[in-house]
Amino acid sequence: MKRSVPLAIVMVGGILFMIQYFIPHQHSQTLFDYYTEWAPIVGAFALVLGVGSLTRLHMHKIKRKAKNWPYSWAVLIPLYLLPVFALLMPQSMGGGITEGMGGDRMTQGVFDFAYLNIQVSIQSTMFSLLAFYIASAAFRAFRAKSALATVLLIAAIIVMLGQVPIGELIGSWFPKIGLWILRYPNTAAKRAIALGVGFGMLATQLKIIFGVERNWLGGAGE
Amino acid sequence: MTKKLPALLLMLLLAAGLAFAQGEDPPPGETLTEEPVEAIEEEAVTDTGDAAAPDAASMTSEIGSGMVPPGAIQVTDWPNDAGDALLLTFEPGSELDSETFLGYSVYRRTQGEGELVQVGFIALNEGTSFTDGYDPDYPVEPGVQYEYQIAATYLDGAEVAGEVTIAQEVSQNQWFHTGKVRVLVGCALFLGLILFYFHAAQRGVQMYLRPIAGIEAIDEAIGRATEMGKPILYVPGLSSIGDVATIASLTILGRVAKKVAEYQTPLLVPNRDPIVYTIAEETVRQGYLEAGRPDAFEKDSVFFLTQSQFAFVAGVNGIMMREKPATNFYLGMFWAESLILAETGSLSGAIQIAGTDAVTQLPFFITTCDYTLIGEELYAASAYLGREPKQLGSIKGQDACKGIIMAVITLAVLLSVTDLIAGTETLAWLKNVITMPIVD
Repeated sequence: MKRSVPLAIVMVGGILFMIQYFIPHQHSQTLFDYYTEWAPIVGAFALVLGVGSLTRLHMHKIKRKAKNWPYSWAVLIPLYLLPVFALLMPQSMGGGITEGMGGDRMTQGVFDFAYLNIQVSIQSTMFSLLAFYIASAAFRAFRAKSALATVLLIAAIIVMLGQVPIGELIGSWFPKIGLWILRYPNTAAKRAIALGVGFGMLATQLKIIFGVERNWLGGAGE
Repeated sequence: MTKKLPALLLMLLLAAGLAFAQGEDPPPGETLTEEPVEAIEEEAVTDTGDAAAPDAASMTSEIGSGMVPPGAIQVTDWPNDAGDALLLTFEPGSELDSETFLGYSVYRRTQGEGELVQVGFIALNEGTSFTDGYDPDYPVEPGVQYEYQIAATYLDGAEVAGEVTIAQEVSQNQWFHTGKVRVLVGCALFLGLILFYFHAAQRGVQMYLRPIAGIEAIDEAIGRATEMGKPILYVPGLSSIGDVATIASLTILGRVAKKVAEYQTPLLVPNRDPIVYTIAEETVRQGYLEAGRPDAFEKDSVFFLTQSQFAFVAGVNGIMMREKPATNFYLGMFWAESLILAETGSLSGAIQIAGTDAVTQLPFFITTCDYTLIGEELYAASAYLGREPKQLGSIKGQDACKGIIMAVITLAVLLSVTDLIAGTETLAWLKNVITMPIVD
């Protein structure tokens, strides 16, 4: 029962929505709209489980006085404090920003302050790491260790120089070669991957619909 | 007197409001109160100071005599829809000769009802056709008989309205999208091949699968972590369970968890999506159960971190630098965080196996990880690991479909080259089949 009911729902739902794609009728559209409206609600309930997991993990760390346990408080306190601000002081939820004379920000809510000055800054820092990592990854990728790696290196140099003014200085033909590499060999490879991915996705979906693939059921799958 | 003052002020405001309202141009949705007037009486008026309400009779009187209003409206049902759109085409009048012509206002009413409502506006350069029903404020109901009127609108707000025409067709719900026939044929072919190979595999037909280094390295990577006594980090991507890559990743996680349980190696599975977290937890628990070690499963080994993309990356990177896992798996859907994760893992000295169907992230994984499952290899991994006949059959079905596409592309290339050299157009229909859009 624990296994057959979800499998039946998936099979019926899967086949139904496969057919729905070909039916533009209003009933078919209404069915699809209902589904897309309900799906996020399930996600919202699952978030409670997620927060529960995070809390349990850090409470265990604090109880066991595990390594770096004080940092667990740094997770738990804002996690629960910010919703408290949001509930008790709704103006903290960004609504606390009041437009003053000339549109200046006169006051900020706690939530808004924490979001703008802490979270956004930290996220930007993480994202900016990407620039440095791209440089190191490129260095690793472009070492001419073999014939194929050398081809990659030459192609990369042509494409990169073709994108900047120095490429034009070398010759008007130079950026054209770079563009040709991007348009033809590169696009061909990308399309080949996309084609394989498309078939792979289709096969996986069919396996799920027909109950061949059951891992998504978790413990009930076997 | 003081008691009457507010009432007096209110009356004054009301009068001013009415006067102001009469001076306003009609927004879409306002009504035309009169039937169209075909005969145009007076010379065009250029004074826009006090434009009248869109009363057809008064408006047309301001336009030059002899002007022909737009007319001959043709209404057809929009094909392949839920009966919520109609296509209007009409003949232009003499308004195109005018320098002050702005565009056409489209008015509509249900047949038998009194008032025409403006449902759209066609600007000067947008031709003489209009799809009614796109504006959610003025939906078209299936099966309802409508009447339409087109009015040429001028810079001064004046309008020259054509005749009210009963729509020749009503919108109809369609039960099949005729533009998707090619998709249906493709799906049927693919489905047929997959089912054929399912049955072939069940009948015991031996199927060869080419070895994929990344998948074969999974056991080796788990063994390495066991020897080193360090944990294994498994990131099932950052997408939701609605992503097929995530489902494929969770399937591989099940196999990894079983092996990990057998070897008694610690496993860490951070999650970004709460639904994925719950399924991942159940999958790992099941893996331990299958290995005969349900007691060894630690609930804290599978955990939810955060839904924020870069906060998740910071969390996982922190785990990598603190716990120093011997093996990192990045299997699933990744975005900009792929390189940050993989590069940090590389710095921590872990052996890394990645797999994604995100074409833009593949180069980052290829340069930074020891093994990378490219595109469909991620979906094939569970079949490789499980070796179940039906799973293998699905891979052979995919291969057969790819074979058909490769054959068609090769044939098309050969024909194109032949045509180019010989200056002929042999089998041009095949090229048309390939180049035409899949969905009309």
